[in-house]
Amino acid sequence: MTDTDHGLADADTDHGHVELSAVVLSEEFVSTDAPASPEVAEYAMWLGDDALILAQRLGGWITRAPELEEDVALANIALDLLGHARSLLRYAGSATGRTEDDLAYWRDETGFRSAHLFEQPNGDFAHTIVRQFAAAHYLHPLYERLRASTDPVLAGVAAKAVKEVDYHRDHADQWMLRLALGTDESRRRTLRAMEDVWPYVDELFSDDAAGGDDLFAALDGVAVRPSSLREPFEAEVAPVLTEAQLEPPTAFHAAGGGRLGRHSEYLAPLLAELQVLARQHPGASW
Amino acid sequence: MVTHHADAARAWSAVAAVVDPEVPVLSIDDLGVLREVTVSDTGVEVVITPTYSGCPAMDAIREDVVRALAAEGFGDVRVRLVLSPAWTTDWISAKGRSALKEYGIAPPSAAGPVRLSMSVKCPHCDSLDTREVAHFGSTSCKALFVCRSCGEPFDHFKAL
Repeated sequence: MTDTDHGLADADTDHGHVELSAVVLSEEFVSTDAPASPEVAEYAMWLGDDALILAQRLGGWITRAPELEEDVALANIALDLLGHARSLLRYAGSATGRTEDDLAYWRDETGFRSAHLFEQPNGDFAHTIVRQFAAAHYLHPLYERLRASTDPVLAGVAAKAVKEVDYHRDHADQWMLRLALGTDESRRRTLRAMEDVWPYVDELFSDDAAGGDDLFAALDGVAVRPSSLREPFEAEVAPVLTEAQLEPPTAFHAAGGGRLGRHSEYLAPLLAELQVLARQHPGASW
Repeated sequence: MVTHHADAARAWSAVAAVVDPEVPVLSIDDLGVLREVTVSDTGVEVVITPTYSGCPAMDAIREDVVRALAAEGFGDVRVRLVLSPAWTTDWISAKGRSALKEYGIAPPSAAGPVRLSMSVKCPHCDSLDTREVAHFGSTSCKALFVCRSCGEPFDHFKAL
């Protein structure tokens, strides 16, 4: 597994004299779950990183959203996602003896498995809503299917998450309609956001994994194959796009590669902000 | 064992008295967050489940559980967080629902999640003429409403 390439063993060389034994990661909740296998850990990291990176992005709207209610809504959605990320990364880390905090704060850019959609900048409010719209309609059918996973931890996270993502989906749908059918200006911005954000949707349905194509063969019954989600995604977004009089742009597909640890220029600065406190003050608790 | 049996009852009442830090009129038992308390030779194990995945109150609840048990003389406490079966507002007790209303939060409907159909009753004046201002309120578990009759804003505990 590539996990170990970005694990704690590197921390000393990468970050100076950081004493990781000094990091008191408070008392985590005790777990009686069996540790994840390397393949399950890789998959849990995909999902956990998607949630973590999107949560961090959405957090950027706090105190800056167009209205107070929206400020609260985006923060709450971020918090739900952070909850999913914590459970998933805790499980992913169990394969290599790492905690959720080790994975969130001590991996470098290439260690992250998130898809490019989630690291895209907030842009204006329309960009954030289009990104939310794509994300929620991807995550909803994903978690809906993952509830039936033969892995009890993934199934448990999914059963919880699907109910929350359902609210996120509704939130995004309502805003898509309001923005696309609102004023000339809101429509213009929504069209622009569709052009900027939609090219990143394709990567969500790619089965390419670091370490070869056999990840999903090894995870039969455990994971939801990304390519199998395209159809339900399209079935969900189509009625909303039709009502909003929008068409998904098809001219350009972004390169992708997030699952292989190849990211756009946006991830590193995001991580710098996410990780700076933990790295500058090892052992700090807050 | 007899001692464990007596201890279990004592441990349960200590833990069941812990309140939700966000809604301090509601005990974690009435909220349905407390799932299990078991006492064995190796200590006390408490199983709790979050209302929402990212609920920041869980850390505070865990600490309060440990403190409440310590006050009763239980030292070796493990708190286990389980996600499955997923918490639902159906697990809020009748006592919890009336405590919520008295506190000024409209409780969720008892019938499980019903989207955008049932009117939410104003906890202040009991009017059904209310509207949702925002899907997301002061915490993940609440939505923001306003009453058209008395004009008061209020939180509604969303059905989940």
